[in-house]
Amino acid sequence: MSQFQGTPGSPVDPAVARRANRLMIAVLAVVAALLVVRAWVGTEVGSGADAQVVHGYGMVFVEAKGAGHVQVPAAEWAKAVAADPAQQRVTVSGPRTVGVWAAALMTLAVLSFLWRDNPVYKLAESVVVGVSAGYVMSTAVWSSLVDQVFGKLAPGFTKAYLSPGLTTTEADWWALVPLGLGMLLLCRLSARLSWVGMFPLAFVVGVFSGWRFVQYVESDLLAQVATMFDPLYVTGPTAAATVGGTLCAVLVLVGVLSVLAYFFFSLEHKGPVGGAARVGIWYLMITFGASFGFTVMGRIALLAARCEFLFDDWLWLIDPAGKH
Amino acid sequence: MASHGGTPSAFARLDRIDRRWIFLAMFVAVAAPILWVGVTGKTFPEAPTPAVQGAFDAVESLPSGARVLVSMDFDPASAGELQPMATAIVRHCVLRGHSICAMTLWPAGGPIIDGTMQDVLGDRPDWTYGERWVNLGYRAGFEGVMKQMNSRVSLAYATDVRQTPLAEIPMLKGITGIADFDLLVSISAGYAGAKEWVQYSVSPTLTGAKPLKFVAGSTGVQTPQLIPYYPNQMAGILGAIKGAAEYEYLVNEAVLKADPAAVVPPRFQEAQRRMAPQLFGHVLMVALIVLGNVVFFGLRGRESRA
Repeated sequence: MSQFQGTPGSPVDPAVARRANRLMIAVLAVVAALLVVRAWVGTEVGSGADAQVVHGYGMVFVEAKGAGHVQVPAAEWAKAVAADPAQQRVTVSGPRTVGVWAAALMTLAVLSFLWRDNPVYKLAESVVVGVSAGYVMSTAVWSSLVDQVFGKLAPGFTKAYLSPGLTTTEADWWALVPLGLGMLLLCRLSARLSWVGMFPLAFVVGVFSGWRFVQYVESDLLAQVATMFDPLYVTGPTAAATVGGTLCAVLVLVGVLSVLAYFFFSLEHKGPVGGAARVGIWYLMITFGASFGFTVMGRIALLAARCEFLFDDWLWLIDPAGKH
Repeated sequence: MASHGGTPSAFARLDRIDRRWIFLAMFVAVAAPILWVGVTGKTFPEAPTPAVQGAFDAVESLPSGARVLVSMDFDPASAGELQPMATAIVRHCVLRGHSICAMTLWPAGGPIIDGTMQDVLGDRPDWTYGERWVNLGYRAGFEGVMKQMNSRVSLAYATDVRQTPLAEIPMLKGITGIADFDLLVSISAGYAGAKEWVQYSVSPTLTGAKPLKFVAGSTGVQTPQLIPYYPNQMAGILGAIKGAAEYEYLVNEAVLKADPAAVVPPRFQEAQRRMAPQLFGHVLMVALIVLGNVVFFGLRGRESRA
């Protein structure tokens, strides 16, 4: 039996990990038991004389309209059943209900990684990667190959069998150039011919470098430098706006000059240059902090969205959007 | 780190705390406000920042019937942040009577467009497809698509998603290049998105006769990269879920100002509902940062004394 060599009491100490695991499993078991009890009690949908009790979660109700079905609140089903218990106009949608359950279970499977790496998480991760890759490949084939290559080389065939909205009637043989470059890229798969694949890669790198260079100079250099020539005294509708706007303009100018001083290595960072560089460091730190804050806000927003989905669409604990 | 008698000190115990307790605390900090808001229906009032007000004013100042190109450059992975702002901007355009041309540079953006338009136009049968709005869908090529659309939209999109040639779509009559639109909106989660729109389509028009008005909505991660473009290269920016909540607030306030008896559907308050979990999540995060520093300096003090 292996002996634990680390610091006693640390999270990797097996005894501590066992205690934490037992406690967290107990918490999850209590939550699961509460949900089972709630499912057994059921949820009342509709109001007044139309009220009906529905058992279970994640049910999606649809109403037959025209050739298809549209999602409706569960209250609509309750109303329809109260009027005619044998009605088939508003029903539970099997596929959409399965979809909600699949989304909920996948969400839980991904969140289970917070507990520790496990096969359920691996399964969810593989499904996401596989589905995403398949979807992207499918849309890219239709958007690039069918429209941009087949549609130009064989417009008649493409219009008849693949893309009925195609307006081109004459073949555009220039499309052979990107097709040929694309085929050459496949040579990268062969050890003997991989050098041939360098030519299309060089073409792509060259084109994108040119594009990006020009656009960066125009929008990220010239336009930003032009901003530095804006007046430092900014007038606003109120005295507070004037003071605030002027202060912002001064802060931006000081920030630009001091950060430039920090990245200017041709002079030793001593004296006035060193002082300006230190101010630049403060600006950089504040910028990194703001970026971190924005990132935290983004991550919490994503977590909140998944929690709202679980509580609303799946568990029916809340109904902020009037879905049921 | 052990204190007297071999018992770990409070600092040492906190230093070794199982990180899963922090995950659980964050889950509670986010979940509890969601349940509270879901039960009570209450949301926080918002004070719009100048960047969000600028975006609102850009849509508001257009004459009714203006044509707005909305590029929804995100996928379901970012929908929690960006879907509320996409819905709010499209709804604002519809309320103001603007025509909407939707497109995406992200492969998974197609269903996002469908869902957004269904959400906003579900109860507007008068908003006919082809005349008041059109869906161009996805086109591969990133900046290549932008460059093509700058000169001729039909170079990038021969047809819309319903396979109708652009020349036969009434809403797009008179539209040649992207500068013919009255406003460009990009709801963006990264590459290709708002930054590339500024670089490839907006900046080249700034010195021309008709600068292209541009509004961006972006994820929290991307927002700091876009802020330098405001206000000279973009009229406004909606930064993360906070920007979406402020925009929603402005649109809903405008609706209530026009008709005090109007009822704002809950589906148009999604971002505002998400601000309560933001508040508690951030308070917890700040508390943890402070606690982490206290533990760090506490342990260092003990070490130096020892």
